Amino acid sequence: MLQKIYDWIDERVDVTPIWRDIADHEVPEHVNPAHHFSAFVYCFGGLTFFVVVIQILSGMFLTMYYVPDIENAWKSVYYLQTEVAHAQIVRGMHHWGASVVIVMLFLHTLRVFFQGAYKKPRELNWMVGVLIFFIMLGLGFTGYLLPWDNKAYFATQVGIEIAEQVPLIGPEIKTLLAGDENIVGAQTLTRFFAIHVFFLPAALFALLAVHFLLIRRQGIAGPL
Amino acid sequence: MSEKKQQVSRRQFLNYTLTGVGGFMAAGMLAPMLRMAVDPVLKPSAAGDFVNVGLAVEDITTEPQRVDWLVEQVDGWYESEVSRSAWVFKDENDNIKALSPICKHLGCVVSWEGSEDYPNEFFCPCHDGRYYKDGTNVPNTPPLEPLDEYEQKVENGMLFLGMAKPRGEA
Repeated sequence: MLQKIYDWIDERVDVTPIWRDIADHEVPEHVNPAHHFSAFVYCFGGLTFFVVVIQILSGMFLTMYYVPDIENAWKSVYYLQTEVAHAQIVRGMHHWGASVVIVMLFLHTLRVFFQGAYKKPRELNWMVGVLIFFIMLGLGFTGYLLPWDNKAYFATQVGIEIAEQVPLIGPEIKTLLAGDENIVGAQTLTRFFAIHVFFLPAALFALLAVHFLLIRRQGIAGPL
Repeated sequence: MSEKKQQVSRRQFLNYTLTGVGGFMAAGMLAPMLRMAVDPVLKPSAAGDFVNVGLAVEDITTEPQRVDWLVEQVDGWYESEVSRSAWVFKDENDNIKALSPICKHLGCVVSWEGSEDYPNEFFCPCHDGRYYKDGTNVPNTPPLEPLDEYEQKVENGMLFLGMAKPRGEA
């Protein structure tokens, strides 16, 4: 049945070459854990992406209940934690996944670093990777505020004060982040929500696309 | 692989196991999310509490009168008081009737004798929907069903109303 549907589409649109280009490629022996078990380190990048997919999906579902408003943010989180079936699990995935992403990203970076895989001609991809790392830190920072509990509030207050230490434009950065010169409040929360849910993910998708295009274009670095 | 036995080839086996394990993992990941999303549909519908609408039974006449009252509404994490309305009267058998004013056509609000052209009827101004006094829709006007009727009870001579239910369920 599925085969028939696929054939029907393929006959008209010829999709096979498209997905072959994306998905059908040789895995070099030195990257295949079946040949050398230590090659599992090559999985870290893919695993990072897998966790990112979990983050995106669980985040999408969380926004079905979450409200980015100082009156209701905490209440809506409390409601979904206590009243909505399985929402606790989904928020748990998002909460713990956020840390797992950073850990996996770090492992992936270590692998690339110690294997020297960032060297010519792959310097560009290393730079894109570093940008992705910054985006991830941004996602972690902005997402931390959203439950609007004490921990979130004071962590953000401290984070914004750290940003304020930037020479010359510190105060402006603070205002830009918080949405107000003095208050960490209503405007901060909506800002962080918008950044967390729209701006940073958009940047992340673009950078991930470049990251993957480059790796397909240049191939995986050779064996040590 | 022998040609006679038509065994599962190595490639097929790997395909099946990978798809199976992958599918299992994906399902484990997606199941809580989907369950969370459909939760409102699966929640038991809240039984409406009866609320004193502030109308003594002895004040109910055969002429429909409009009563407005407030009910506590819990909407997820948001609790509020919302107003409800009913047209209350005694029918020819001395039974109390409390009709919802929500038109069954497209949800406008009907009034008793809301149009001078149609005495003794409920009238909806939006599309000239009409109902007889007992709430039955007048044939060949937009509404296709009778007005909803409130669940009711009488305590200490006061009228208590619950949820509005379609005719026959109240």
